[in-house]
Amino acid sequence: MASFLADAVVYLGAAVVCVPVAKRLGLGSVLGYLLAGIVIGPFLLGFIGEEGKDIMHFAEFGVVMMLFLVGLELEPALFWKMRKQVLGLGSSQLVPTALVLAALALLLGFTWQGAVAAGLAFAMSSTAIALQSLKEKGLMHTSAGQGSFAVLLFQDIAVIPILALLPLLATTNVIAADGGHWIDTLPGWQRTLAVLVAVGAVVALGRYVVVPLLRVVARTRLRELFVASSLLLVVGIALMMETVGLSPALGTFLAGVVLANSEYKHELESDLDPFKGLLLGLFFMAVGASINFDLIAGAPGTIIGITLLVMLVKMVLLLLIGRRSGFGFDQNVLFAVGLGQVGEFAFVLLAFIAQLAILDAHWTDTLMAITALSMTLTPLFMLVSEKLILPRFGTVQAEERPADEVEVRHKVIIAGFGHFGSTLGRLLRANGVEATILDNDSDQVDLLRKLGFKVYYGDATRHDLLEAAGAHEAELLVCAIAPEAAPALVETVHKHFPHLKLHVRSRNRMDAYELMDQGVLHIHRETLDTAIHMGVSVLQDLGMRHYTAHRAGQNFRRYDEAALKELAAKRGDKVDYITSVREKIAEQEELLRKDLHHDPSHSDHAWDSEEMRDAAKGR
Amino acid sequence: MPRILILFAHPRLEKSRINKAMIRQVPTHRDITFRDLYELYPDFNVDIAAEQALLAAHDIVVLHHPFYWYSMPPLLKQYIDLVYAFGWAYGPGGTALKGKAQFHVISTGGAEVAYTPDGFHGHTLKEFMLPLKRTATLCGMSWLPPYVVHGTNRVSDAELEQAARHYHDVLLALTDGRLGLQTLTGLDRLDMITIPTT
Repeated sequence: MASFLADAVVYLGAAVVCVPVAKRLGLGSVLGYLLAGIVIGPFLLGFIGEEGKDIMHFAEFGVVMMLFLVGLELEPALFWKMRKQVLGLGSSQLVPTALVLAALALLLGFTWQGAVAAGLAFAMSSTAIALQSLKEKGLMHTSAGQGSFAVLLFQDIAVIPILALLPLLATTNVIAADGGHWIDTLPGWQRTLAVLVAVGAVVALGRYVVVPLLRVVARTRLRELFVASSLLLVVGIALMMETVGLSPALGTFLAGVVLANSEYKHELESDLDPFKGLLLGLFFMAVGASINFDLIAGAPGTIIGITLLVMLVKMVLLLLIGRRSGFGFDQNVLFAVGLGQVGEFAFVLLAFIAQLAILDAHWTDTLMAITALSMTLTPLFMLVSEKLILPRFGTVQAEERPADEVEVRHKVIIAGFGHFGSTLGRLLRANGVEATILDNDSDQVDLLRKLGFKVYYGDATRHDLLEAAGAHEAELLVCAIAPEAAPALVETVHKHFPHLKLHVRSRNRMDAYELMDQGVLHIHRETLDTAIHMGVSVLQDLGMRHYTAHRAGQNFRRYDEAALKELAAKRGDKVDYITSVREKIAEQEELLRKDLHHDPSHSDHAWDSEEMRDAAKGR
Repeated sequence: MPRILILFAHPRLEKSRINKAMIRQVPTHRDITFRDLYELYPDFNVDIAAEQALLAAHDIVVLHHPFYWYSMPPLLKQYIDLVYAFGWAYGPGGTALKGKAQFHVISTGGAEVAYTPDGFHGHTLKEFMLPLKRTATLCGMSWLPPYVVHGTNRVSDAELEQAARHYHDVLLALTDGRLGLQTLTGLDRLDMITIPTT
């Protein structure tokens, strides 16, 4: 226990110190974590030693979670549209890169088997680094972002056949009996069947089991239970995928896509995001800590030289592919630099290669050092391209090609979709304004989704949920949640999303005062208009001309809004205002007294011929 | 027999002596339809389809309103804007009103002499009503002279009742054919007309 706590303090402390510093220097969080790992690693402070490798395996789970979250943002229809890009871009990156790198390895004196194995391992890019950096810079929706994602997804899928292929390259027959999965003992067709069943299970589970289950959990209104369910979902799918020998990242990505249409999308996103962030950070720190500086110090020229050469080869090939795909110059640079490193899958493949004795221990260690080094260099390269290359060459073409939009986020968010919010939402929709809708009543969400509304479950006063719902890109937020909760939502919005225009529903004038104190401009008292409409209807039924009653209602409404502002100003003078019953009565009295002096029909005397008659008679 | 649709628009009928009196005298008759627009559409949200169906089912359209700012009250303008629609009342395919007749029933606060070249307003009522006339002819309707009640601010109660009674008689004479439309087109005003007994 004590050592666990000590480790936690080391990792968390390093992250808390290094990441903000790196961000402040404009280096991005990835580099911050990597530097933190180097600092606490065996070659500088020595807080962590060899166990860093184990941590890396554990922390790789961050990549799995990241892919789940990426999947959540990709609706199935969009994913299906991307399939050509995944196959086309992915294969045109992986095959040539592996071939060229293998040729280089042959020149270094590798056997052909070793060269092919190393080429395949080094053709992989880092999902963790590339996606994290792209997301941090908000570039996921650009053509480079989408292209990178397609290539990474293809690599993810390709790892499976590559792992199957590597034993064929083994010169000596050393496959350890315990190294294989149970599934490796099955004949080929059964193995394929198992894979298909697993993929089908993910889709079916996502559609028919997970959503109803989450609904039950949501109904308990225990947030931690929902977090636990989210984690269980991801861990469970990862485990199932590993069992059948598939990439867990691929499986959770698929599950994410299946759940992308569900009402729990944003809640899952906001609940898992901190875990993903922490685990990824841990992963990057482990990578930093695992860099073998002794080895590098032994042959610095060779290792750094090979690293730079490998990255150069990868980037040049990527530039060529990007060009053929029609990326603009700046998009192409982003694409090439983002994917130019050797990724975390290389660790997995190299470990397997070492186990199969395709390469000797010296070379696999060297290649691992190169992998870690290239991952560390990538954020630096990105920084250089961002600060030096793109400003000089990228600006001309920057505007030419519009970013490929994959995800359409709505300009309006409606928080609260009960009878009030849904009426408002229908009005907006009837006029072509689609909104992202949040509600925290799971039964209501269920019902509305059946009616074809895109409603998401969750507590709209939480800033992370608002963020997941796209509050950063939205223009306006309608607050139609229970009036008691409205001030909390307003506070969150003012703090985190000050650009959002706010329209807030309040129950009565007491609520309205509080919202006015918060500086809300558009306050809509839900009781006001209904009461006035009803009053107008009563007057009409009593025989008043309909239009006269209508004008009376309109004038009364204006008068009441003015009275509200006037009373609010008076109220502001009192310190520690308590909304006691007595004060409410006092206020009602004041209102009624004011009403006596207000005749709503007086303002319409332009139509009143009595005055003109009097004037005419006087003439 | 021609059917008459009266579109009445007054935002403050409670305060109008003459119009209250005239409306009381609108005959209850199967060929006369009376629409009190400010009562029907206090929120100005005119039911276009319903109104077009009514217009189509009548032969003479009577626009009954006070003469505000040399024109009509805003709801009646809104009504014409929305109901006399492009492609329905005018423009390509807009023939729904073609062949019908239209006239205005107008009350003015000012006396008759105010509407002369030398009077207070400097122009005749006929000149002021030119846009209204063109509205009717654009839709292919024949333009009948207006029924005018001048000086409403000064008329006595007896004069008021007499005017209202005359209005009643004109409406009935139009429906039963005693007043032929062709004989009216040449006149200046309908309120001066002598109604034939047979």
